[in-house]
Amino acid sequence: MKQTIHPPDHPSAHVRNGAAIAAPPPAPARARRRPASEQWAAWAFLTPVTLYLALFYAYPLYRNLDLSLRDYTVRSFVQGNAPFTGIENYRTVFDDPTFAPALLHTALFTAVCLLFQYVIGLALAVFFTQHFRLSATLRALFLVPWLLPLIVSASTWSWMLNSESGVVNAALHALGIAPVNWLTSPSWSLTSVIIANIWIGVPFNLVVLHSGLQSIPASLYEAAALDGANAWQRFWRVTFPLLRPVSAITLLLGLIYTLKVFDIIWIMTKGGPADASTTFATWSYQLGFGNLLPAFGPGAAVGNLLVVAALVFGLIYLKVQRKQALS
Amino acid sequence: MHSSSRRRLTAVALSTVVAVTGAACSSGAGSTDTKGSDSGTYTLWDPYPQFAKGSAWVKLLDACGAEAGVKIKRTGYDTSDLANKALLAAQQDNSADILIVDNPVVSTLAEAGVLTTTDDNKLDTSKVDPNLLAAGQSDGKTYGTPIGANTLALYYNKKILKEAGVDVASVKDWTSLTAALAKVKAAGKKGITFSAIGTEEGSFQFLPWFWGAGAQLTELDSAQAVAALSLWKDWLKEGYAPNSVINNTQTTSWQEFAGGDYAFAENGTWQLANAKKAGFEYGVLPIPGADGGSAAAPTGGEFVTLPTQGDTGRYATSQKLATCLTSTQNLYDTDTTLSYVAPTGEVQAQQVAANAELKPWVEAVKAAKGRTSDDLGTRYPKISEQLWKAVQSALSGAKSPKDALTSAQAAVK
Repeated sequence: MKQTIHPPDHPSAHVRNGAAIAAPPPAPARARRRPASEQWAAWAFLTPVTLYLALFYAYPLYRNLDLSLRDYTVRSFVQGNAPFTGIENYRTVFDDPTFAPALLHTALFTAVCLLFQYVIGLALAVFFTQHFRLSATLRALFLVPWLLPLIVSASTWSWMLNSESGVVNAALHALGIAPVNWLTSPSWSLTSVIIANIWIGVPFNLVVLHSGLQSIPASLYEAAALDGANAWQRFWRVTFPLLRPVSAITLLLGLIYTLKVFDIIWIMTKGGPADASTTFATWSYQLGFGNLLPAFGPGAAVGNLLVVAALVFGLIYLKVQRKQALS
Repeated sequence: MHSSSRRRLTAVALSTVVAVTGAACSSGAGSTDTKGSDSGTYTLWDPYPQFAKGSAWVKLLDACGAEAGVKIKRTGYDTSDLANKALLAAQQDNSADILIVDNPVVSTLAEAGVLTTTDDNKLDTSKVDPNLLAAGQSDGKTYGTPIGANTLALYYNKKILKEAGVDVASVKDWTSLTAALAKVKAAGKKGITFSAIGTEEGSFQFLPWFWGAGAQLTELDSAQAVAALSLWKDWLKEGYAPNSVINNTQTTSWQEFAGGDYAFAENGTWQLANAKKAGFEYGVLPIPGADGGSAAAPTGGEFVTLPTQGDTGRYATSQKLATCLTSTQNLYDTDTTLSYVAPTGEVQAQQVAANAELKPWVEAVKAAKGRTSDDLGTRYPKISEQLWKAVQSALSGAKSPKDALTSAQAAVK
């Protein structure tokens, strides 16, 4: 990077040289000009990605921000003359009786899903580092939830958990346990979508953590074993600390992914019954598209809150990572 | 040094944004131009994606196009998508020439200024039943004409009722219906299934009971409204209706009934064709009011509307096309294909003459009421959302029917 950047006085030096030497020899002049054309080439290479970023990231983000700061009715949405109302939509969202439950559900959903996905994923990853027969086949089978389209897995969960004809209640009945209204009881619906989402998220954690485990040298385990460390100590003193960077990125990606989970909840419960499993993602959709009369402004405001939340955690991650790199 | 290169990068990024938005605007203008010059093609959007090329519906469209001397470019959307698609298209000044849209959406689109009134587009609505037309009216203006109507009634399984010793003629009001459900349950079968899902479908299915109790959409917390919600709540509590109704769409609810275990199902005209395939004898009963008589059910079905265009010269042909689609003979054919009841008395008589089974449905449609009627217009969507939330809260046990409806009414205000 440093070598390609010219000192700021370079162009003036060039002019001075040009003035001083009446007929400059061609070779050095070409040598001096090359960096400039190189820079143009660099910009040319940069243009597609800049265009792409602007068109598909910056502009939608700007539009979403704009939507959330104006009072859009269906009429002004079509005619494009919605008055600027500042943070009015955010105030509406904060004052909405759905806000507190949605915040709580989003936090619970994200935290519980992350915890279980990580713990189960790590346990499975450690399990699969011991090579045994069929371990590769078994590991491949664990990827199935990840490969299935979400509409398929969510619909399947929704059938399995149906109060009347679901297989889960049938199994509970066989065990002599009273049926549970998994999707239709306000005290169970959030749990149900969390269970389904954990099942979907485990393979991702398994794959990333498993590849992280591969990079820990076997010699460390040998040394630890020679020093008399048992399996438990080897995990906590060797595996876990060395896996920390991989764990951090897994958790961060998982967090961003889980914050915005929408399909599973929408297909299984529509955020219901009566907001019992509403998160910010489903609420934003509900506001913007779930009603005959769309409320684009508040919907966009809720969406932006999600973006900010993901951004905050991303920045925290960057900071922690920089600190780790320095130490 | 770093900052100077960064500044340059920002400048490039900004100029690209400007260039891109500029291009986007001009391309938008360009597409309207092509539409103007290609005036022999008229676009039509409908919510019938189930009809592919070669279906009777598409053939009818082509025939009407040929009659008017133009080509029709038709796109079928999912009903729930169509309103948003229409709004977005209007925002881009790229509306379809003819838009066939679910009736409660008409007032929203009219409010957005997307639709022309029948005063402007000269559509003749004089033959249409006034209770059906009302769904497309707001502030004294009419925004289209219905292509067909459907509504809700109770399907019943004859065999189950016979085994349980229920005479269907005795089911006249809520008390006798609940008594019938009790008998069915005692006979080891399941009582009734409906859809109480947290979407517009849930409100649609609750409204016959709500109106049948004498409640008004302007007062969600009235004693009559509480009585209607308590009726459903008690059915769940007694086990006459399954708990799964809270998550049932009208389709899943129908699947439960078609399984053959349920005595009653609340569902619509559009399931008639499926009912014949169900493999058991069924009957149809109007939904009873609280103290007898038939309850007013909400009208379903679509309206043919003409969205506003930049080029007003297109209206004349669009009007011809819409008139062709809603002419007596074509209404009869279309509503037979859709399994709908026609919106005009003339065609209804034709339908009943051809198929006596349709009689209870024609009666039900005549007694039905538009959801956006009573000048509710765009207030209806907000009321409906609170209504389905209240139904969900009460049925799932989160709140009592009275508390649920009280907070619903408070949220509407």
